[in-house]
Amino acid sequence: MAIRAEGTRSGAEAWKRNSRGRETRERVVKFFLMACAYLSIFTTVGIVIVLFEETARFFLKVSPVEFLTSTQWAPPQGEFGVLPLVYGTLTATFIAIAVALPLGLLTAIYLSEYAPRALRRWLKPALEILAGVPTVVYGFFALTFITPFFRDSVFSGIQSFNALSAGLIMGVMIIPTVASVSEDAIYAVPLSLREGAYALGATRRETATRIVVPAALSGIVAAVILGISRAIGETMIVTIAMGAQANWLGSPLEGMQAMTAYIVQVVGGETPRGSITYESIFAVGSALFLMTLALNLASYWFVRRYRETY
Amino acid sequence: MAQSSMKAGQQDGGPSGGDFKESLSTRYGLDRGFTVLVSVAAFVGVAVLAVLLVDVTRDGSSMLSLEFLTSFPSQVFPENGGIYPALIGSLWLLGLTGAISVPLGLGAAVYLEEYAGDTRINRMIEVNISNLAGVPSVIYGLLGLGIFVELLAPITGGGSVLTGAMTLSLLILPVIIVATREALKAIPNSIREGGYALGATQWEVIWSHLLPRALPGAITGIILALSRAVGEAAPILVVGVSLYQTYVTTGPFDGYMALPTQIYDWISRPQEVFQNSAAAGIVVAMVVLLVANSFAIWLRNRYQQRS
Repeated sequence: MAIRAEGTRSGAEAWKRNSRGRETRERVVKFFLMACAYLSIFTTVGIVIVLFEETARFFLKVSPVEFLTSTQWAPPQGEFGVLPLVYGTLTATFIAIAVALPLGLLTAIYLSEYAPRALRRWLKPALEILAGVPTVVYGFFALTFITPFFRDSVFSGIQSFNALSAGLIMGVMIIPTVASVSEDAIYAVPLSLREGAYALGATRRETATRIVVPAALSGIVAAVILGISRAIGETMIVTIAMGAQANWLGSPLEGMQAMTAYIVQVVGGETPRGSITYESIFAVGSALFLMTLALNLASYWFVRRYRETY
Repeated sequence: MAQSSMKAGQQDGGPSGGDFKESLSTRYGLDRGFTVLVSVAAFVGVAVLAVLLVDVTRDGSSMLSLEFLTSFPSQVFPENGGIYPALIGSLWLLGLTGAISVPLGLGAAVYLEEYAGDTRINRMIEVNISNLAGVPSVIYGLLGLGIFVELLAPITGGGSVLTGAMTLSLLILPVIIVATREALKAIPNSIREGGYALGATQWEVIWSHLLPRALPGAITGIILALSRAVGEAAPILVVGVSLYQTYVTTGPFDGYMALPTQIYDWISRPQEVFQNSAAAGIVVAMVVLLVANSFAIWLRNRYQQRS
C-alpha cells in the first residue's frame, strides 16, 4: 500500500532516487539480520573460550590426569579428582532416566495411539507446564515432600539429602521432553503400517509395541539421549535435594554432590577471581559442557542416520 | 513391509516378550491391561504436579498475604518477611530479557528463514543453534561470568540486573529462533510472491506481510521462553544475583534480587519458618507461571484453529 502511494506521488525521477534509498535500506537491514544470526556462533565461541581459558589456568596447577582419574574431591585440601562429582551426576541421571524412559514412552504411545482428541488437546499443554515448572520448585518438593515420605515409609535410613529423591523428581521433570520428542517420531509412522497390522489381526497393543514403536525407534532413542543430556545439566534440583558433599560410590540413599551443584556452591561463597577454586568451576563446567555436547551431537546424528524413510 | 516389521518385532520380542500367543482371550486380556497401563502412565506427571501444588499451598498458606508481596525479606522477623525486592528484580529481568532477546531472536529467525541460502555456514549456524538449545543453563552462567561480569564490567556494571538479563537472553535465544522459524515456515509462498509482484522489496514484504502473520505463533514461543528465563535460578546465581539487599532495583545497572533465587535462599536455611516462606514464594511463582503459560497456549490454539 505505502509503496504504491510513494510511486504515484513522486514520479519517475523521484522513484529512481527513492529506489536507491530502498536498496540501501535493504542492505542495512540484511546486514543487521545477519548479525543476529551470527550471534549464535559468537555465543558458542564465547562459551568455548571462557571455559577453556580458565580450565587451562586450572590445569597449570592441577594435572589433568589427577583431575580425570583421582577419586578424591576436596577443594579446601587441594584434592581435585572430578570422579566423585561425575558419580553424583550420573547416579541422579540414571534414576531420572529409569523414571522418564518408561513413563515418557508410555505417555507418547497414549497420546498418539490411544487418547481421544479432546483429552489430547488438554494433556499436551499440561505436560508443557510440567516442563516449565522452575527447577527450584522441584528441588523444594523433593527435599520437603519426597524424602520425608520415603523416611516414613520404606527407607527409614535415608539421609535428608539423597540421590534417590533428587533423581526421581528430575525424572518427572524430563518426562515431557522424552514424551514429546518420542511422540513426534511415533506420530510420523505412516498409517498404512498400522492398518497392515490390524488387517493381519493384530490387537492394538501388538500394533503399538511391535509395529509402531520399532518403526519410530530412532526418534525414541534421540528422545532418551536428549533426556539424559537435560538431566546431566540440571542444576537446582540436585543442589537443593542431593546435597553438597562429594561422595564416591555412595548409595542412592546418601547425599552426594553433582557437577552442577559444585558450581553453584562455589559461586554462592565469595571466591576471588584467579584462585584455584574459582578456576575449578570452569574445569568442572568444561567437563559438563563436553558431556552434554557429545550427547546432543549423538542425538542429532542418531535421528539423521537411522531415520526410516517412508 | 508391515509383515517384515511384524516378524522383526517378534524376533526381538516386544515388551510382552516371547512368541505369538494363539489364545485370543490371552491377547485381548493383554490388550486391556496395556490400555490401562498407558492411560495411567500418561497421567503420572500431571498427578505429581497436582500433589506438588497442593503440598506447597499447604506449606505456604500461613505466610501468604498482601504484606508478603510488599515487604522486604527479614532475617530477624522471618514471619514478617516478604518478596518485594525479589519480585521487582524478576520484573526487571523479564523486561530487559524481553527487550534484548525478542528483537535478536526475530532477526536471526528472519535471516535464516528468508535470506540465508543453503550454504555451509548457514547449515553450521542451524546445527549450532540446536546445540546451544541443549547447553546446560549453568554453563550460560559461566559464559556470563567470564564475559559480561569480568570482561565487559565497565559497560555492564559487573553483577547488575543488565548482566543477568543478557545472560538469560543468550539462554533463551535458541528457543525464540526455533519458534519464530516454525511460524515463518507456515506462511504460504503466495503471500511473498504477491508482495514482490506489487514491486515490494524483500524487507518490505517481511515487515508488512510476513512478520504480522508469524507473530501469533512466535509469541507463544516467546512467552514460554520468557517464563522459563524468569524461573531460572542457576545462571543468575553464577553471574551474581543478590541473595539479600536492602534496596529495590530502580535501573539496569543496579544490583538485583530475583524470585527463584530468593526461594532457593529460603530453602537452604534450616529453620522451619523459612521453609514456609519458600513455599509461599513458590505459590506466587507458580501462579504467575500458570497464568503466562495458559495465555500462551490459549493464543496458540486460537491461532491454529484459524489457519
